[in-house]
Amino acid sequence: MKKIAVVMVAIGLAVGVYYGTHNRTAKRARDQDTSSSTSPAPALTLVDLGGNKIDTSSYAGKVVLINFWAAWCTPCAEEIPQFIALQDKYRAQGLQVIGISMEDRDSALRAFYRKYKMNYPVVAGSEKIAEAYGGILGLPTSFLIGRDGRIRAKYPGLADFTKLEQEIIALLR
Amino acid sequence: MERTNDRQSMSLVWMLIAAAVFATVVAPARSAGQSPATSELLPGSAELIQPRELSKALQSGSAKPTVLYVGPRFLYAQAHIRGAEFIGPASDPHSLDNLRKRVTALPRNSSIVLYCGCCPWDHCPNIRPAYKELQKTGFTAVKVLYLANSFGTDWVERGYPVEKGQ
Repeated sequence: MKKIAVVMVAIGLAVGVYYGTHNRTAKRARDQDTSSSTSPAPALTLVDLGGNKIDTSSYAGKVVLINFWAAWCTPCAEEIPQFIALQDKYRAQGLQVIGISMEDRDSALRAFYRKYKMNYPVVAGSEKIAEAYGGILGLPTSFLIGRDGRIRAKYPGLADFTKLEQEIIALLR
Repeated sequence: MERTNDRQSMSLVWMLIAAAVFATVVAPARSAGQSPATSELLPGSAELIQPRELSKALQSGSAKPTVLYVGPRFLYAQAHIRGAEFIGPASDPHSLDNLRKRVTALPRNSSIVLYCGCCPWDHCPNIRPAYKELQKTGFTAVKVLYLANSFGTDWVERGYPVEKGQ
C-alpha cells in the first residue's frame, strides 16, 4: 500500500510539473501572438523585386500574411519553404503572402528569391516600412491580417506553423 | 522478494522524476531550436552578460564598458542601446574589419560588450564571429549581451533605455 502511494505521488509530481510548465509556455506564446490583434494594418505602396507596384489596400477582403525576413537570417530561411507551401495551399481561398526583406545589401536577395522559387511578392524593406508595423526589432517577424484589414496576430521569432495555419484557416472562413 | 519489489518501485519513481525533468527542461530547449551540445556562448556561460546587469552597469557612476553593436543597420536605426557604437553585421568580412579598426587602439584589458539581437540567440550569424575576433586579438574583458529572442523582445520590451538613429 505504501509503495503504491509513493508511485502515485511520483506520477502526480511528474504530471503536475509537466503541465505547469507547458501551460506557462503556452500562455507566453498566446500573449506574444495577440499583442497587436486590434490595430489596423498600415496602408503601404511597395514595389516588388519584379518592379510591380503593390498597394496593400488592394488586398482588402483577403487574408494577408506579412513576413519580415532577410536572406542572411537562418531562421528566416527555415520559414520560407513553409510560407511557399501555405501560399500554394490557400491561394484560391484568398491568402496572400508578402515578404519584406530587411537587407543591408540587396545582392543576396535576388539569388535567394530564385533559389527558393518564392511564389509570392517580395519587396525590399526600409525603416519606414518597419516603423509602420510598430518597429521590427528582430527577425523573423510575421503579421497575420484578416479580411477586414486588421492585424490579427504577430509572430516574433520563428512562427509555430501549426498554430499559424489554424489561424489562417479560421480567418479564411 | 519484498526488497526486490521495493527496488523496482524506487526505480519507477526515479524514471518518472527523470521523465518530468526531461519534459520540463530538455524538451522545451530542444523545441526552441537550441542545441546546447554544438553552439558556443551557451546560455549561462561566463562570457555572457544579462540585459539587467548591462543596464545597471551603464547607469552606474563607475567606468562604463564600450558597447559595440555588430548587427544589421535597420535594427540599429530603429533602436539601439544608448551609447552603443555601430560596427555592422559581423558575418560580413567588411564589418569584421570595422571591428578590428575600432578596437585597435584600445588596451587589451578594456571592458567591451558586444551585442546583436537580430535573431534568436542560437541562430545569430553575427555575435560569434565578433566574439571570436576579439578573443583572437587578445582582448581579455569581453562580454556578450545575452538576448535569447531578439533585441526587441529582450531589451526594448523590457523597458531598458534605447536611442534611435544611424
